[in-house]
Amino acid sequence: MGVRIHPLLKLVIQRLALGLLLLLVVSAVIFLGVEALPGDTAQAILGQSATPQALANLREQMGLNDPPLTRYFDWLGGVLTGDLGKSLTNGADIAQAIGQRLGNTLFLAACAAVISVPLALILGLIAARYAGKWPDKVISAITLTTISLPEFVAAYFVIYLLTQVIPLFQPVAMVFPGMSFGAKLHAVALPVIVLVMVVLAHMMRMTRAAILNVMQSAYIETAELKGVRPMQIIWRHAFPNAIAPIVSVVVLNLAYLVVGVVVVEVVFGYNALGQFLVDHVTKRDLPVVQAVGLVFAGVYIMLNILADVIAIFANPRLRHPK
Amino acid sequence: MKDQLDRIIDATRRGMMSRREFIGRTTAMGISAGLASALYGRAARAQEPKKGGILRIGMAGGESTNSLDPALAASEVPFQVNLTWGETLVDVAPDGSIEYRIAEEVSSSPDAKEWKFKIRQGVEFHDGKTLTAEDVVATLKRHTDEKSQSGALGIVQGIADMKAEGDMVTLTLASANADLPFLMADYHLVIQPGGGVDNPTAGIGAGAFMVDVNEPGVRHTFKRFENYWDAGNVHLDGTEFYVMNDNTARTAALQSGQVHVINRVDPKIVGLLQGAAGLKIRSAAGRGHYVFIMHVDKAPFDNNDLRMALKYSINRQEMVEKILGGLGSIGNDFPINKAYPLFDETIEQREYDAAKAAEFYAKSGHDGSPIILRTAPGAFPGAVDAANLFAASAKAAGIPLEIKLEPDDGYWTNVWNVEPFCASYWGGRPVQDQMYSTAYLSTADWNDTKFKNAKFDELLMAARGELDQTKRKQEYSEMAHILRDEGGLILPMFNDFVCGVSDQVQGWIDDPNGELMNGRASAKCWLA
Repeated sequence: MGVRIHPLLKLVIQRLALGLLLLLVVSAVIFLGVEALPGDTAQAILGQSATPQALANLREQMGLNDPPLTRYFDWLGGVLTGDLGKSLTNGADIAQAIGQRLGNTLFLAACAAVISVPLALILGLIAARYAGKWPDKVISAITLTTISLPEFVAAYFVIYLLTQVIPLFQPVAMVFPGMSFGAKLHAVALPVIVLVMVVLAHMMRMTRAAILNVMQSAYIETAELKGVRPMQIIWRHAFPNAIAPIVSVVVLNLAYLVVGVVVVEVVFGYNALGQFLVDHVTKRDLPVVQAVGLVFAGVYIMLNILADVIAIFANPRLRHPK
Repeated sequence: MKDQLDRIIDATRRGMMSRREFIGRTTAMGISAGLASALYGRAARAQEPKKGGILRIGMAGGESTNSLDPALAASEVPFQVNLTWGETLVDVAPDGSIEYRIAEEVSSSPDAKEWKFKIRQGVEFHDGKTLTAEDVVATLKRHTDEKSQSGALGIVQGIADMKAEGDMVTLTLASANADLPFLMADYHLVIQPGGGVDNPTAGIGAGAFMVDVNEPGVRHTFKRFENYWDAGNVHLDGTEFYVMNDNTARTAALQSGQVHVINRVDPKIVGLLQGAAGLKIRSAAGRGHYVFIMHVDKAPFDNNDLRMALKYSINRQEMVEKILGGLGSIGNDFPINKAYPLFDETIEQREYDAAKAAEFYAKSGHDGSPIILRTAPGAFPGAVDAANLFAASAKAAGIPLEIKLEPDDGYWTNVWNVEPFCASYWGGRPVQDQMYSTAYLSTADWNDTKFKNAKFDELLMAARGELDQTKRKQEYSEMAHILRDEGGLILPMFNDFVCGVSDQVQGWIDDPNGELMNGRASAKCWLA
């Protein structure tokens, strides 16, 4: 008889292994995708002003004449040994450049999450409590409006409102090492506002729907008949049973805050990973694109595993399998 | 009258008005000459440079893929950055003359084949080393190297031999070139210690400012270099470039005071910004131009009558007004305007003429199949709108011009220099020879109209070695005529460099040679 592993732990390990496999597949897909882009790296770097001689020199120096398969496995080997290589375009160490940018990405995502997640949950609870009444309608109307605005429109709107009409913040949000925490918060205020506007509705609606769904149950009716106050019912009895769907939507939005905010980054000139990725895609800087793609995929997969695990823990039937 | 007087005083304070002009204007307003003189003294004193402060510049045209290696600079931010930490042998002054920097004297042999640059003594690099003639030669050598990817390769390739003796650098050319000093002002050719061979991206130069923080695509900050050879004329303590590629955010940053200066103000909003408080729109008529290029060796563009039909069917004035918001000037189908030395003003301006276009079109015998013009938003700002205007005015002449929209991504690889008819742009060059040799000589690497004309080539070579300016001007004029009447270039407009400058910034000069005072804004301006 082998070692008995707790079924839950086994489940988590399975998910992790699956995640790693997925990551490998993603790396190959990214590589193929970048290969399929029109134009080549040397031309993209040197632009319109490239002479044929300079192009030939650059191609040779960057090893672009090797077959794609060789380049892919060279790179994969490097990643496994912790070496992401150097950027083709400016020779910068990729791991170091990504490290700094990733920090900024996570900072922005964290700021937006700290505000939007509790706010969405509270608004969702209130909307569920007063379902169909005016507070519900107001909350839904406002959040649906903000999610319907394209991000860049929302961005221009807050730039106009909060830098021109009421000059509170800076239109261009850049954070640098050495800035105080307060200064950093001030710098990212506008992008955070836009991101909160974008992610709020989704999480709020899910919270409301999940709770209303649970509210149909017989045990809620029992609680009502016992005379428990409505907010108490929602908080104590309905919410814990609605956690699983809410968590999966929250995590999806967190993942979006990390990997999907490139438009917001570009508008506000925020120096994080999204803009970094776009610049390097434009220049066909394959190693950087792959590395960033891998980081994004990793974050996405990890957060989804986290959502799964939380859902499992929240569900007694999964927590205590027969 | 108060307003008018304020304006005149303001202009004087900015150094835009001489004493003579000031007194002339103010006395015309009924102010006594004595009072006018006193007023001038006060206004001009305010113009005295103030020391200190840090200039903040918000710029479009930077990417996180940029490098400090001057050889690799290709976009606007690296151009500015290079010239902030680096110093070239000579500069081209706003009036088009040569200004001596690292070289303090330049002379040539009568046949313009051998050039001597006397190197200024006591110029120091940021690392404390003294700049020598050997450093100059090593720098030029690195850009000449066949293995180099330098954007200046085409410029220095013609140098057959270079040597350093004492404080003298001697360059021997393969063929005569009367414009060599202008070529040495190229922004790639900033002098690096040891030529930058060991560490091209060190950012160590002999410029007015030292690199402090280098975060490509985000910001480049600089500190004043105390031992700069010309430190007396530098007023700022430091300068900072922030990459702001988004038009709206960049403009808002200027308006909210986050930065003092921005480049590339969108022509569409210039009218709105002109009324804004605390800032001015400065536009400098430059040599850059927006073009539609036809390959003269591919059907149907191998037919000169069809080319002429297209040249007559474009409405240049309309383009300058609608695409450039009036901040530019009309082109005449050759890449030279009055910003160039030896420009011939007497060449007849080509105008929109639907009747003439229709006539040429009929003469060309084109079968009536659509003529495809490829364009992309990134071909030049407003390229898609411009192509649509072109198609509309061509339609009026009965020419079936059809627009094909291409993606920005890969445009310079898959469309430009590949497809026979597309939109493009040129940044212009300091002298005519360089512009023509870059793109219109039969053997030019970037001959993007595939124009091959023996007579044109011959004239270009003759003019290159010609030291007699009258004769040279004549030769350039003849070349312009050939290109205008036979070439594949449709040049509707020359674009201005349009910047937004806060009123706090003083000493601003509109320089036709390049954006933001040709890269010298930080070295020449001061903060009020």
